[in-house]
Amino acid sequence: MEVQNYRDPELARRIAAKIREVTPQTGSFKFCHVCGTHEWTITHYGIRSLLPENVEVIAGPGCPVCIVPAAEIDESVQLAQKGMVMTCFGDLLRVPGSNGSLLDAKAQGADVRIVYSLTDAVEMARKEPEKEFVFFAVGFETTAPATAVEVLKAPPKNFSFLVAHRLIPPAMELLLGVGDLNIDGFIAPGHVSAIIGMKPYELFPRVYRMPTVVAGFEPIDVLMSLYMLMKQLKEKKPRLENEYSRVVKWEGNPKALELMDQAFTVTGGNWRGIGRLPDSAYKLRDELAEYDAHAKFGVKIEQGKDILLGCECHLVIIGKIKPDKCPMFMKACTPQKPVGACMVSSEGTCRVWAKAVATSKPLKP
Amino acid sequence: MCLAIPAHVMSVTGDKAQVDFGQNVLREVNVSLVEAKVGDYVLVHAGYAIQKLDEKDALETLSLWREILSAENQ
Repeated sequence: MEVQNYRDPELARRIAAKIREVTPQTGSFKFCHVCGTHEWTITHYGIRSLLPENVEVIAGPGCPVCIVPAAEIDESVQLAQKGMVMTCFGDLLRVPGSNGSLLDAKAQGADVRIVYSLTDAVEMARKEPEKEFVFFAVGFETTAPATAVEVLKAPPKNFSFLVAHRLIPPAMELLLGVGDLNIDGFIAPGHVSAIIGMKPYELFPRVYRMPTVVAGFEPIDVLMSLYMLMKQLKEKKPRLENEYSRVVKWEGNPKALELMDQAFTVTGGNWRGIGRLPDSAYKLRDELAEYDAHAKFGVKIEQGKDILLGCECHLVIIGKIKPDKCPMFMKACTPQKPVGACMVSSEGTCRVWAKAVATSKPLKP
Repeated sequence: MCLAIPAHVMSVTGDKAQVDFGQNVLREVNVSLVEAKVGDYVLVHAGYAIQKLDEKDALETLSLWREILSAENQ
């Protein structure tokens, strides 16, 4: 698959020129994406520098690691301290809980292991039947199907899940209610959409008159989606469009959706920096309780300390401020010594910006 | 974390497939969420293929955009 075509600088310049052409000279326009990978593409390829002065792209709550509330990190730490082998993706290790991270627990002797894939964690549990393994299942709809596949396959008895999956559309809906954020359109996340399809976004143009374009992750994808959004605005015809048709089908991935429905129920969930959102989290169905670490080990922490004093993660997460407006950015809070969750994960907005600063890629605040 | 990378399916055995991420970076991935055949491109996220990549669509989309951009220039 020739991905280079979607990085063609000549085509990029042409699309940027078209964006300029359709952008009205008066007024200002703000588009919001909700995916850490989109922020990476936009920052890495300097896409903001190609846009007219009055067009802004902001990052919403698109980092699934950043929005895991401290209480759920605390649960994972507690399980590790109780002697379970805690398995998770590398991004999660340093995310701060109320009293330290999984990395701190590991440093104090807990058995915390990074895995590339859930499959690896299940395999470990099979090889070490004398130990209890827990997988910290974090991620949006892109990641949740893997959890569904494994839990429904009857994993080994010494394996369970600490499920912290979240759903993206409720977070997008929340952003529309945030005072003075004034979003003019959504770039919807391509890989979440590969699973859930287009239908869950229908309400944005219909109910909120919000232009919405599902986009891929190459620079041409992002530029094209911005052009499509701008055109919709100009025509005053908000609609739902699919820029990423090579991957995203209207119906999404029916097989994945079916398995997710068998494995999970949808419930309210807490988001770091945001609070509780109705119908925004997956929970294992009651009949799968034997694989639910909450039920199996009686661990449930309701309240945690999400935001440390001085940290502005809660404003960065909803796109209210850019990372460099946080007084701690690259001073007290760096990738080497992160204070907030947005600086920890490689998909966190602060971390993406920190990397761009370090490599001097074009970056327009 | 929703990063997903295209890979070429080299062989399929039940739920598992050997895929090539390019430059001979081979890895076994779980393909139970897609109907993957040898020669297909799949999008792999954390060890699971989450969707097939439509190569024909990818090329058509690009030429469609070039067309739209030129047509709208006139």
